[in-house]
Amino acid sequence: MKATVTNQVSFERVGGVLLVSLAGRWQLRRGLASSKVLEKELQGLPRITRVAFDTERLNNWDSSILTFLATVSDVARQRGVPVDPAGLPPGIHRLLDLAEAVPERAGARQEARQVPLLERIGTGTFALAGSAGELLSFVGDMAITLVRLFRMKARYRASDLFLLIQQCGPQALPIVTLISFLVGVILAFVGAVQLKQFGAQIYVANLVGVAMLREMGAMMTAILMAGRTGAAFAAQIGTMKVTQEIDAFTTVGLSPLEFLVLPRTVALILMMPLLCLYADLVGIAGGAAIGVGMLDLSWKTYFQQTVDAVSLTDLAGGVFKSCVYGVLIALAGCLRGLQSGTSSSAVGDAATSAVVTGIVAIIVACGVFAVVFYVLGI
Amino acid sequence: MTEGAIAETGTIPHIAVRDLTMAFGSFVLMHDLTFTINHGDVFIIMGGSGSGKSTLLRHMIGLTEPARGEIFYDATNFTRSSGTERQQILQRIGVLFQSGALWSAMTLAENIGLPLEEYTDLSPAEIRDVASLKLALVGLKGFEDYYPSQISGGMQKRAGLARAMALDPRILFFDEPSAGLDPITARLLDELILELRDSLGTTVVVVTHDLASIFTIGNNSIYLDSDSRTITASGPPNELRAHAQDSKLRSFLTRGGTHNP
Repeated sequence: MKATVTNQVSFERVGGVLLVSLAGRWQLRRGLASSKVLEKELQGLPRITRVAFDTERLNNWDSSILTFLATVSDVARQRGVPVDPAGLPPGIHRLLDLAEAVPERAGARQEARQVPLLERIGTGTFALAGSAGELLSFVGDMAITLVRLFRMKARYRASDLFLLIQQCGPQALPIVTLISFLVGVILAFVGAVQLKQFGAQIYVANLVGVAMLREMGAMMTAILMAGRTGAAFAAQIGTMKVTQEIDAFTTVGLSPLEFLVLPRTVALILMMPLLCLYADLVGIAGGAAIGVGMLDLSWKTYFQQTVDAVSLTDLAGGVFKSCVYGVLIALAGCLRGLQSGTSSSAVGDAATSAVVTGIVAIIVACGVFAVVFYVLGI
Repeated sequence: MTEGAIAETGTIPHIAVRDLTMAFGSFVLMHDLTFTINHGDVFIIMGGSGSGKSTLLRHMIGLTEPARGEIFYDATNFTRSSGTERQQILQRIGVLFQSGALWSAMTLAENIGLPLEEYTDLSPAEIRDVASLKLALVGLKGFEDYYPSQISGGMQKRAGLARAMALDPRILFFDEPSAGLDPITARLLDELILELRDSLGTTVVVVTHDLASIFTIGNNSIYLDSDSRTITASGPPNELRAHAQDSKLRSFLTRGGTHNP
C-alpha cells in the first residue's frame, strides 16, 4: 500500500480499487490539483479495476474540484477503468452528470491546420484578385453615381452634406493649424542650418514657400484627413453595416453609394482645397516665425522674398493635388466601411484599413504627380 | 387596390419560393426550399438558432443572392428580374430588421419620412403628418423628433415597424420581432401584426422561434431543420403541434416537453 499526497488529494490502492481522497478547501483561486499522479497510478501495477472517491474530509468546494474530477473521469475512461461516483457529495455528482449529459459533437472542435506555402500563395492571389475586382467595381459605381450627381438625379440629403462639410472642414482647422505651422518651422530650421553656411538665410523663405505650396501643404493635410476623417467614414459606415442600416437603405431602394458615399466624397472634395490653402498660409507663417525670430530677417523682407519665390502655378498645383487626395481619402474610407464585417472588431479593422489604404493611395498619387509635373515642366 | 383584389381571386400565390439553395461559398446552409405564401397569410419561418431563418429572409428581400433556385412575387420572377423591376417589387415590401435598423443620423419622423419622400409627391408637412400617424399606430405618438439612440430597444423596434409600414406595403417581413421585447410589448406587437393583416390585408412573413407568437399569429409555417438542411415540415403551427410525426419538430414546438409522448 502506498500513498501519494499532492495538494489536497491523495491516492490509495485498496486491492484493485484506486481510492481518491479529496480533502480540505477546494477553491479556484488556490489553483487546481494536478492529475499527473493519477495517470501514473493508473499505469502502475497491479491493474486498477475501479476508481472510487472518499470525501469525508472535504470542507468546501467550487468548480476547481469539478474540473479535477472531469479530468479524472476522462483519464479513467481512456484506460477503460470504470469510475464509481458513489463517494461524491450529491451536488458534485449532479453537476458532473450535467457536464457529461450532452456528448461532444463530432467535428465541432476546430483543428489548427498547417497550410502549405503554395496553398497560402494561391489563396492569397485569389484574395488579391477578388479585392482588386471589388475595388474596380466600387470605383466604377462611384463614377456612375458622380454622373448622376451632375445630372441632378442623385438622391442624398442636403442636411447630411452640410453636417459632413462642417465635420471635415471647420472642425479640422485646429489640428491642421498645429501641424502645418510645425511643418513650416521644421522646413525653416532644416534650410537655415544649410543656408547659413553661405550667408544665404534669406532663401529660407523660398524653401518654405515653394515646399509648402507645391507638396507639403497638400500632403500633410491629406495625411491628417486620412487619419481623422477617412477612419471616421469607415467606422460610421462599418457600424451602419453592423446595425443593418445599410440593408435598410437597400430594401427601401436607396443606394448606399448615393446616400452615404457621395456626400462624404463631395464634402472632402470641397473642403480639401480650402484646408490646403489654409495649411500653405500657416506653414509659411511658421517659416516666417523662424526667419524673423532666429535668422534676423524682417517680416517685410521675408514676405517680399516669399512673394518673389512662389508662383501661381505652384499654388494651383498644390490645390489640385489636394482635391485628388480628398477623393482618395473619401473613397478609401467608404470602401473599407462598406467592406466591413458585422462585428465590433471588424469595424476596428475597417477603420485601420481605411487609414492605411488612404495614406498608401496618397503617397502613390504624390509620386505620380511628381513625375507628371516634371514631364510637363510645371 | 384593384391590383390586389384581382390577384387575391386568382390562383397565383403571393410569394413562391422554388428549389432555393442558400450557400456561403461551398458551405450549403439550406437546400431545395420550396414553399408558397398566400395573400393575407401570417406565415412563420421557424427553426432553431443557426438554421438559416434570417438568411432565408435576406434572400427573399434580395439582400443575398441564392446559390440556386428562384423567388417569385405574384407572377414576377424576383431573382431573375432587373434592377428597376426589383425596385418596384421592393416598394411594396416593408422589412422590420432584427435590431430595428433605424438610421441613426435621422430622427424618427425623418426615418419614416425618407421612403415617403422617395416614392410619393407629398409635401414635407404632409410627410410629417403621415409619419406622426405611423408612429401613433405603434404607440410612439410624440416621439417624432427623438433620435434612435435616445429611445429604448423596444421602442426602436416599434419605430422600425412604423418605418416598414410607411408606404403601406402589401407584404411585411419581420426578423425576430419579439427578440428583446418584454412579454407584454411582444404581445402588443403580435396584436398589431394581426390587425394590419385584418384591416389592410397585408401579407406577413415572420422569422421567429418565439412559440407564443407562433401559435398566436401564424396561420401557416415552415420548419427549417439544421441537420437535414431543408424544410422538414410545413402547415398551420397549431396542426403541426397536434399531429407532427417528426420528434425534433414536436420537441421544438413544445419546448422539448414531449420527448416521450
